[in-house]
Amino acid sequence: MVQGSMANDLVVLEGLKKYYPMTGGVFRRQVGTVKAVDGIDLAIRRGETLGLVGESGCGKSTLGRLILRLEPPTAGTVEFDGQNVLKLSARAMRPLRKRLQIIFQDPYSSLNPRQTIGRIIGEGLVIHRVGSPAERRERVRELMDLVGLRPEQINRYPHEFSGGQRQRIGVARALALNPDLIICDEPVSALDVSIQAQVLNLLMDLQDQFQLTYLFVSHDLSVVRHISDRVAVMYLGRLVELAAKQQLYSQPLHPYTQALLAAAPKPDPDSPKQREHLAGDLPSPLSPPTGCHFHPRCPRVMPICRDQIPAFKEQQPHHWVRCFLHRQDTQSE
Amino acid sequence: MKVRADRSAPDPVASPAAVAARAALPPKPRSPFREGIGRLVRNRTAVAGLIIITVFLLMALLAPWLAPRDPLAQALYAKLKPPFWDPAGSFDHLLGTDDFGRDLLSRIIYGSRISMLVGLVSVTISLFFGTFAGAVAGFYGGRLDNLIMRFMDLLLAFPSILLAIVIVAFLGPSLRNAMLAIGVVSIPRYARIVRGSVLEEYGKDYVQGARALGAGDGRLIFHHILPNCLAPLIVQTTLGFASAILEAAALSFLGLGAQPPTPEWGAMLANGRALILRAWWAVTFPGLMILFAVLGFNLLGDGLRDALDPRLRD
Repeated sequence: MVQGSMANDLVVLEGLKKYYPMTGGVFRRQVGTVKAVDGIDLAIRRGETLGLVGESGCGKSTLGRLILRLEPPTAGTVEFDGQNVLKLSARAMRPLRKRLQIIFQDPYSSLNPRQTIGRIIGEGLVIHRVGSPAERRERVRELMDLVGLRPEQINRYPHEFSGGQRQRIGVARALALNPDLIICDEPVSALDVSIQAQVLNLLMDLQDQFQLTYLFVSHDLSVVRHISDRVAVMYLGRLVELAAKQQLYSQPLHPYTQALLAAAPKPDPDSPKQREHLAGDLPSPLSPPTGCHFHPRCPRVMPICRDQIPAFKEQQPHHWVRCFLHRQDTQSE
Repeated sequence: MKVRADRSAPDPVASPAAVAARAALPPKPRSPFREGIGRLVRNRTAVAGLIIITVFLLMALLAPWLAPRDPLAQALYAKLKPPFWDPAGSFDHLLGTDDFGRDLLSRIIYGSRISMLVGLVSVTISLFFGTFAGAVAGFYGGRLDNLIMRFMDLLLAFPSILLAIVIVAFLGPSLRNAMLAIGVVSIPRYARIVRGSVLEEYGKDYVQGARALGAGDGRLIFHHILPNCLAPLIVQTTLGFASAILEAAALSFLGLGAQPPTPEWGAMLANGRALILRAWWAVTFPGLMILFAVLGFNLLGDGLRDALDPRLRD
């Protein structure tokens, strides 16, 4: 069952998996499988910002790409506004493409260096044959104004802009077709801290104006706290905790979330240094630990954690967690 | 079209410093292409190559006006005349005559037409098919990629001149077949370059972003990926001209390309070979022409590589 599924959900993911085969040797035999996304059940509500946090390599970006169908999943379903996205043909997918957009992390590789800003932002309009060329140009100018770029710069090339401005271009491109959902794949991670706030505020303003829904992927807990309504924590391809922002930041239930929050730097120099250090590295997704993926690094590991995978359960109302510490019984998946 | 009228909050980047920075931007948008041209003009070897090529192009275009005589007209009473500076030479034939008494200078000038044509035709063939094969292989990957690239490996496995000889031997010796053979033989070079660049570009976010917008395969390949693969392709095309001219001369030298009495440099070389001790000019001048034409394209190609390759920038 997907947590808290309601008619209000814009996106519903069920049992979503993405395995990458690893090949090796001269004959390219399969030597293993990377389970980048390993059974995600998640609902994104209309109009909310769902933060998705996790360490590098935990599969959070892959999840975003699966929702957009930039890659085919190994298993599971992606439902967008009641339609199973994965069953649609490429042609039937086209109208949906207008409603699903993405903003990328790297403001340098995400803009075609040989196209002018006007062409980049207006590309979606051209693809979906919206309006006449003059109307499209007018719309592009409007979008540039909307994201804080000067419309006179419409004929400039991406390399003439700073990282923050480029990210605004990316935002304008994503907005061009009036989408419902925007996957923000670490949209501010590559930016200076001062610019991060500007772009985050822009995203929040735009959300209010256009009733956008965001899936906000990030590894930065403070950024996610700033922008999100609910936060999901991911570890090695699985969700380990999901709750409303205040709930998650004030009462984290999963030891991993607790460790992440403890490790986050606090701006207050007088704050007590009671850090629960997270020992070890993220295990290789090629050979994840048995049982609960987190058990080798968990400060509160129990024998059961090594053998069984804990279920993702609604521990408190709207607060989901995947941990044996919070079980009422020994039930597992 | 539905247009949203509402405006955002005051422009957050409109700080005085940002405004000043904007004012400092160059007044005209500079495309990556224009910047490449700018770097090219500052590159001396490239300019030298460009000048040489321009001279040859003008020679080819203006041949009927530049050549003092008919390149095919024989004058047996004036055969094997040395160049004008030799005591036995005269200003009638500035670079002397061959064993049929044909004016060497006129033949060389007309020969530039053949060489430029060979370069143009064979490079067009290999550029077109090579780009197509490489783009398809890189974009779709998998089995198709394997099939195309293994076939390219097969072509590459033979020494190119040998393969060209086989093709010409099969089709029959003529200039047209030589151009075709040279074109086919160099397809793999272009295919490999394009495939490599396509693979590199395909992984970039702007391509994925266009896919997310709903762009089809054709749009992705032609609007996004290929324009960003142009730099190495332009370099290879220029160098390809040089090798095509050289290979055409080689084939003609072997009697498999241009047929007599066509004034082709390689064929002239072959013809003068037997006379090298009696009439050095009959081999030297066509040979120098081949040398300079190939040199010109190679210099330009190297200069373009420096100017266009992003890895060598800054």
